[in-house]
Amino acid sequence: MLAAIGVGSLDDLFDEIPASLRLSQLDAIPTALSEMEVGHLMGKRAQQDGQPVCFLGAGAYDHHIPAAVWQITGRGEYYTAYTPYQAEASQGTLQLLYEYQSMMVALTGMDVSNASLYDGASALAEAVLMAVRANRKSKSKRILMPRTVHPAYRRVVHNIVKNQQVELVELPFDPQGGHTDPAVLEQYRGEDFAALVIPQPNFFGVLEEVDVLTDWAHANGALAIGVVNPLSLALLSPPGEWGGQGADICCGEGQPLGAPLASGGPYFGFLCCQQAHVRQMPGRIIGRTQDLDGKVGYTLTLQAREQHIRRSKATSNICTNQGLMVTAATIHMALLGSEGLERAAAASYANTRALVEALSAIPGVASLFDRPAFHERVLRLPAPAAGVLRSLAAHNVLGGLDLSRDYPELGEAILICATEQRTAEEIAAYAEKLARVIQLQGGVTCGLVPKE
Amino acid sequence: MLIFEQSKAGRYAPAQSPLDKADISSIPAQFRRRRSAALPEVSEMQAVRHYTRLSRKNFSIDTQFYPLGSCTMKYNPRACNSLASLPGLLSRHPEAPESHSQGFMACLYELQEMLREVTGMRAVSLSPAAGAQGEFAGVAMIRAYHEARGDSARCEILVPDAAHGTNPASAVMCGYQVREIPTGPDGDVDLEALKAVVGPHTAGIMLTNPSTLGVFDRNIEAIAKTVHQAGGLLYYDGANLNAILGKVRPGTMGFDVIHMNLHKTFSTPHGGGGPGAGPVGVSERLVPYLPVPMVTREGDEYRWLTERECPESIGRLTAFAGNAGVLLRAYIYARLLGREGMPRVAEFSTLNANYMLKRLQALGFQAAYPQRRATHEFIITLKKQAKELGVNTMDFAKRLLDYGFHAPTTYFPLLVPECLLIEPTETEDMATLDGFIDAMGRILEEATQDPGLVKGAPHTLPVKRLDDVKAARELDLAWRQRDAG
Repeated sequence: MLAAIGVGSLDDLFDEIPASLRLSQLDAIPTALSEMEVGHLMGKRAQQDGQPVCFLGAGAYDHHIPAAVWQITGRGEYYTAYTPYQAEASQGTLQLLYEYQSMMVALTGMDVSNASLYDGASALAEAVLMAVRANRKSKSKRILMPRTVHPAYRRVVHNIVKNQQVELVELPFDPQGGHTDPAVLEQYRGEDFAALVIPQPNFFGVLEEVDVLTDWAHANGALAIGVVNPLSLALLSPPGEWGGQGADICCGEGQPLGAPLASGGPYFGFLCCQQAHVRQMPGRIIGRTQDLDGKVGYTLTLQAREQHIRRSKATSNICTNQGLMVTAATIHMALLGSEGLERAAAASYANTRALVEALSAIPGVASLFDRPAFHERVLRLPAPAAGVLRSLAAHNVLGGLDLSRDYPELGEAILICATEQRTAEEIAAYAEKLARVIQLQGGVTCGLVPKE
Repeated sequence: MLIFEQSKAGRYAPAQSPLDKADISSIPAQFRRRRSAALPEVSEMQAVRHYTRLSRKNFSIDTQFYPLGSCTMKYNPRACNSLASLPGLLSRHPEAPESHSQGFMACLYELQEMLREVTGMRAVSLSPAAGAQGEFAGVAMIRAYHEARGDSARCEILVPDAAHGTNPASAVMCGYQVREIPTGPDGDVDLEALKAVVGPHTAGIMLTNPSTLGVFDRNIEAIAKTVHQAGGLLYYDGANLNAILGKVRPGTMGFDVIHMNLHKTFSTPHGGGGPGAGPVGVSERLVPYLPVPMVTREGDEYRWLTERECPESIGRLTAFAGNAGVLLRAYIYARLLGREGMPRVAEFSTLNANYMLKRLQALGFQAAYPQRRATHEFIITLKKQAKELGVNTMDFAKRLLDYGFHAPTTYFPLLVPECLLIEPTETEDMATLDGFIDAMGRILEEATQDPGLVKGAPHTLPVKRLDDVKAARELDLAWRQRDAG
């Protein structure tokens, strides 16, 4: 091959790179390992982290994933293909993505879906930017953002939109209900906002008054952006039916649809909207069309919105999305259907209720909010939450999320979740361990004073 | 046929969900769904068969040569997938405490260190979810740096006209105006044009080197000096890092910030369009602004660095730690390659590209930059064939599919007319490259003798050429119940 090129050595191929820039050593990189050796290393590391019983939710949920989902998703034809630029050679991925869009439309009650964004948090950031572009009635770049939206999502949105001068106005939550009381919106009546964000369920698991909030947004010239858990939509009212007209945009974290917990990613963000806003959507969109013979086929469409065509005037900079996770989600939804998703969602709801009941029986432990919730709940503890969770982890239980950093006003509070995968035995064992830990840590005498 | 069209009311896969249906009547009716979502109702076997059959309508690296320029479609070692999917790693909750995360965090820490070494940067954050998010992070750091110095007049990011579309789009998302820099006739950035536009309004320049034209910019030191002297910073788009892995470090070239596409250079799967991972590396002055979370080591213990420990950080860009599973696959790949394997990546991808270029030239194809050495990819232009034979680049691309090869990148970069951007990668052998070259030769003959054959391609795929205009005009983006009628 060198002779065909007309050079004497591999090194000659780099002769246009100035010699002063050339590198000779990579001292800090270890020498190569065989597959067997890397296998030993990774096996040890995976084992080191154990497999504690998970009562953590907070945006990532431990649901059952049918064996077929990843066996098929892992096929090389899906796993090692790329963005379907050559449509004729990518009909598998393209038809699957069209089916995915159709499923998300069915689940959310919206008109259209894109083919995915990175995760729920960055999808909300894109939804906010999209709302600012799409809301022609509003000249504002202000967004009403409830404090009941996942704290990490609020941070991500801020980090992504702030350089475009988009401002997030925080809405407080009702201390009894743990929801956004529509009455707090009254002070903003008559002001110009591009959108109101509506989480359902919210970060505390609590159900928001989505119909009232959506109608308020529309009556005040703002778009309504729903942030939803897709599994919950098997049971809960879809954003497309909220209020009189439905939400304008909805987004969320796709992880409950077939993605393993896997330390937080890869997951996928989904984004759906009403037909009127489709040209403001970021990301890939697949359309159904015909070939030269009139045969049905699928292709990337509305590419004039995208960075590889519009460059600096694109709706977003996104290019690579989360195609493989969407492949898994599509197969997951096909395997479960509405019936299966309803059963998984209902069992998660029931298990969390059983968990709350078991834990609230412990002296000093109380459920904080009195409104209906989906599969998460906030509990107040009679001892410092961080210490309690540490002790539980030492007993191989991930007991929940410590809320003291993001919500100091709640005192020593934790967010708990029991998906359909948690058994009655695991719930009972958690309650037993929690009772013991609290007793050891001084019981009911401390903990109700909010932190600074 | 769509999965929806195989649906039958009441059918589902009962083994895949709880056998008892829990009571949800305590959820007030006002919050509940009135009608079930119209998802497909199929058996487990139907779903498995449908999606297995669909997969066979895809080209992929596992089944075809996939020389898609600028995408680095190299073989994805299977060990990376199976070892990243070990139960303890797959089931780890993102909020699991550090006490139950030391094995996972050790992998991330070591990956940070390896990427630092191979790029010559001062520090690395793994958190951006893909290349474009890495670009966003990089430009946001440039902005944070200038703002911290009170240098607020810098409103412009310079981008060569050959750049990926993500570059200008990322700059705009960070609130910057974009100014394009022309390319000289030899494929290098036009240095005089650059000198004419840099100034106190320049926040930075975004460069890919080797560029998307498949050549290494020989003036890189002069470019760095010019931009730095004007007070701007240099951003390295790592899309083409495969070409120089272990041979040259962006840090040595003078770059202040770099993103890497792990789904390219570090061989994590492209998955039909992601997930990727776009870690960023920075020089000393940008360290405080790196996105979180990152992993640090204190003694024998790994700890997270978050907003608390890094108050000047541009913050987090996804809810958790980015595409952690992709990072694990890249870590495993890097350990398999090791220090001796990394330079071989650059050497053999460059060898393959130069070999293909020389042989294609011998067949009569015209190189866009014939006087230059190709890097890991190269451009040919079919301007002559389009004019003389009426057979254009898209026709060649579609006909290649009939020969069992995925087409190279077409019509990009925009400044070379009728171009194919060809990137063979280091994992292909000579026989495969020869097969592709022979196919190109045959298509050239066909284009001369029977242009209709090429213009009508593909002939052997599940569909013929698709009507993109109809797709965009008569938007059909979702199947609905009414379609059944």
